[in-house]
Amino acid sequence: MCRLSAIISDSYFSPMENIMALETMKEGHDGSGLGLVLRDLGGEFQGLKEFPILSGICSKEGLRVMDEYMVKLGFKTKHLWNPRIKDYQGNMKTRGFYFARAYEFPEWAEETSPEVQSELLTKTRLELRDMGKEDASIIIFSFWPDLITLKEVGDPLDVGLFFGLDKKPLLAKNIFAQGRQNTNYAINLYACHPFFIEGYTTMTNGENTAFVPIREFLTSRGVPGYVGYRSDSEVFCHILHYMRKELKFPLKYYKDVTTPLFDREMDERSDKTAIELIKRVLRPLTIDGPNCTIGTDRNGTVFMTQDSKKLRPGAIGGVPGKYALMSEICGVDAVVPVRDRSKDVFPMKYDMAMIEKDAKEIKIWNQKHGSMSTVN
Amino acid sequence: MESKTRLDVNGQLTLKELPYIIRWESDKCTRCGQCTAVCPQKAIEPAVLVQRLVTSEGPMPLPQVVRQVGQGIKQVTDIERYCVGCGMCSLVCPNDAIFPEYNEVNKFAFHKNQGGSPYKRGGRRNSTEVSTLDKLKFTRISMLTDPALDAGRHEFHIRTLLGRNLAPEEMPLIIKDDDLGLDETVFIPPVREIFPIRIGGMSFGALSPNMWEGMAMGVAYLNEVENIPVVMCTGEGGMPPRLLKSRFLKYFILQIASGYFGWDEIIHAIPHMKEDPAAIEIKYGQGAKPGDGGLLMAFKVLDLIAKVRGVPTKVDLASPPTHQTKYSIEEAVAKMLTSMSMAFDFRVPVYPKISGTKTATAVLNNLARNPFAAALTIDGEDGGTGAAYNVSLEKTGHPIASNLRECYLNLVKIGKQNELPLFAAGGVGKTGSLAANAAALIMLGASGVDCGKYIMQAAAGCLGDERNRCNLCNIGRCPKGITAQDPRLYRRLDPDKVAERVVDIFKAADAEMKKIFAPMGRSTQLPIGMSDGLSVSEKAIAEQLDISYAC
Ligand code: SF4
Ligand code: SF4
Repeated sequence: MCRLSAIISDSYFSPMENIMALETMKEGHDGSGLGLVLRDLGGEFQGLKEFPILSGICSKEGLRVMDEYMVKLGFKTKHLWNPRIKDYQGNMKTRGFYFARAYEFPEWAEETSPEVQSELLTKTRLELRDMGKEDASIIIFSFWPDLITLKEVGDPLDVGLFFGLDKKPLLAKNIFAQGRQNTNYAINLYACHPFFIEGYTTMTNGENTAFVPIREFLTSRGVPGYVGYRSDSEVFCHILHYMRKELKFPLKYYKDVTTPLFDREMDERSDKTAIELIKRVLRPLTIDGPNCTIGTDRNGTVFMTQDSKKLRPGAIGGVPGKYALMSEICGVDAVVPVRDRSKDVFPMKYDMAMIEKDAKEIKIWNQKHGSMSTVN
Repeated sequence: MESKTRLDVNGQLTLKELPYIIRWESDKCTRCGQCTAVCPQKAIEPAVLVQRLVTSEGPMPLPQVVRQVGQGIKQVTDIERYCVGCGMCSLVCPNDAIFPEYNEVNKFAFHKNQGGSPYKRGGRRNSTEVSTLDKLKFTRISMLTDPALDAGRHEFHIRTLLGRNLAPEEMPLIIKDDDLGLDETVFIPPVREIFPIRIGGMSFGALSPNMWEGMAMGVAYLNEVENIPVVMCTGEGGMPPRLLKSRFLKYFILQIASGYFGWDEIIHAIPHMKEDPAAIEIKYGQGAKPGDGGLLMAFKVLDLIAKVRGVPTKVDLASPPTHQTKYSIEEAVAKMLTSMSMAFDFRVPVYPKISGTKTATAVLNNLARNPFAAALTIDGEDGGTGAAYNVSLEKTGHPIASNLRECYLNLVKIGKQNELPLFAAGGVGKTGSLAANAAALIMLGASGVDCGKYIMQAAAGCLGDERNRCNLCNIGRCPKGITAQDPRLYRRLDPDKVAERVVDIFKAADAEMKKIFAPMGRSTQLPIGMSDGLSVSEKAIAEQLDISYAC
């Protein structure tokens, strides 16, 4: 079982906090990999909010091909971040050139709508990914403003040190980290959480038993970007994207899409007729778990949900201004040791816990009662 | 010169030519005559036989052999009165003195076309090879990161949707702040939530009144008491008028086929209907006899059937192979779908049923474009029938597994796998594994399945099998009273017992499906298209069905 560690705060912090929380949950992951997504960036990226950041790993040759391609498209490098690997003392081998590079949009795209820009970023990300697919010379995790993804195989703490995050930290207000429990021996970095598409990210703990029909449903939507699926959890991110971006559903309907109520449980909902229809029409997207999913909406709202039987652990705790969403309560303790524990939230099967970008409070949407409550 | 064959028995068949040979034990037999009376074929008759009798009498007994003329049982070799192996003689014999034995080396097929009339019968394809459905195994058992579900503890929702589902982009939703509402002015096609195993179309007429009503009672009980929403298709031939106007109509799929039998009654009953039917099935083909229409032979068209169907008694009722009033199948489907939808004011799902065929995907693509098409049922070659030419039963038709899979993957390609549900039929439960066959088809992409023969066997003890046993369904002489219209025969069947068994069958199938789905971790929806749950130990099948190979 993997372990999840997400922190959202109103001030900048280092991903080492997430990694130290993963350390406390060490019994639950075998140290086979770490994935990090940082958004709402501070530090050296603080002034670069509107510039899309390309995150990935390249070989020397891959770097040349990528640079050529980006120049051809008209993207201009604005800022480059590299981990300082030469100071690293451990056993990890470098895979190549790790980077998070902010670009200026091509001139023609600067004045276009956010939608056109978003499409351009997705298209570019997928093309680069394709170009390096054969020999893994280019691995691209994300291409989005104010968002960086880092992934590498190894013990999370070791990977953190490898990237030099302890010495020259990247700072952000929203960081997701996943400590991986390897379930298939050859580890593919594309199979590592968190997953990303057009500003939506998710990470999941568990197994998605309904993976095949969900994948088939998503890939047949004709939406660019619904590819990959090296992990059965990647579909969660695409479901979020599909319901939010394509269908324009409010975020709380994520529950009604993935874990619809039984018909007899719908009576308290004022939107009963709508959710009955959604359940039928999006039937192939129903998951059965066991899953605890933590995600971030494009607008920066972080959420945690469970499968309809609540077969996985998940805990949220914190103080206004800083909340930790973790697989286990010890992870929350590591991040926010001083807090009112009576206000810790353990989302149950009908709950969707949400924390907006300002990290002021936890909102809990109860799918069955159709009610929203607030914990702060 | 007159041929010698006319003068002796050379022109007759020997018992070895026949498919079943009667074994009769003279010394157990008390000559009660029950077997000859019950035999639907008059294949056995009382005969005068010479018997060898050993006696020993007197003060110093010595065995003595005498030959004596007496009565016994003899099997006739007339091909029209061949023993069908039904075993009714054994059933009624009080002394276990008689039973039919299958004769592997029979030459039945060489002779059963006397008078130039090809062999016609009821039943199913005679094949004892293991079907593809029975070869499929459920091999994805969640063991690693996943606590598998508990069939006894977790709630399983073994339900499926019958009806056209909108495409996600077509949902008439209104976004108000943080809530979704439904625009009630937009038409949403009717969809029924049903149990994924349906009772496939078997007509009132092909079946006896006792059988049909027994099933109907069972279905009503399942819905109203057991909360298992099983629906049953009427087959072509309408249904008893009092049921048409009853609240039970909602458990029935009304079938319309090319002969339109029974539809006069139905159309006239529409204004008086208290409930809508579950759906309308337009039958274009039947897996057991593709290319043929329906056939109810004159023997079975007695008073009641004639009345329900609106025809004279004792005439052959043949439905044409195609819907004659239409120019082409595309047109037929489109027009029938629209007119049937209109007849029920667009409140009832209407869908076609076709026989399994290589061209099924063409039909499917047509339907995918037609917003009135509520589903598609594909009936494979192992389906059953009340009456057909033997050659159709044996040699025409398409196996269901690959046909269904191909259609499902085709829907996946165009993204309509949830919009147009596929139902699979033909050989489901052929060897008794109803739930397992249904589950396998669901994982290959079916939204549900139909079964017919299984119900006849399990609920009423039909004697038919894959070695041509019995199969007298077409001539009204069903020894079990299942497919007979003569009250002397069908009163042998107790409708209450049939109903009880129908309930047993579906309760057991419900429990078994849970046992199959639990270890794969699927409970809140059916595992439709969850093909990673299946494996097969034959590479060619694995490749064709796009599932994994395991041995
Ligand atoms: S098995 Fe059936 S057909 Fe054959 S003799 Fe007995 S009763 Fe007659
Ligand atoms: S028992 Fe009746 S229904 Fe079954 S095969 Fe014989 S005639 Fe047909």
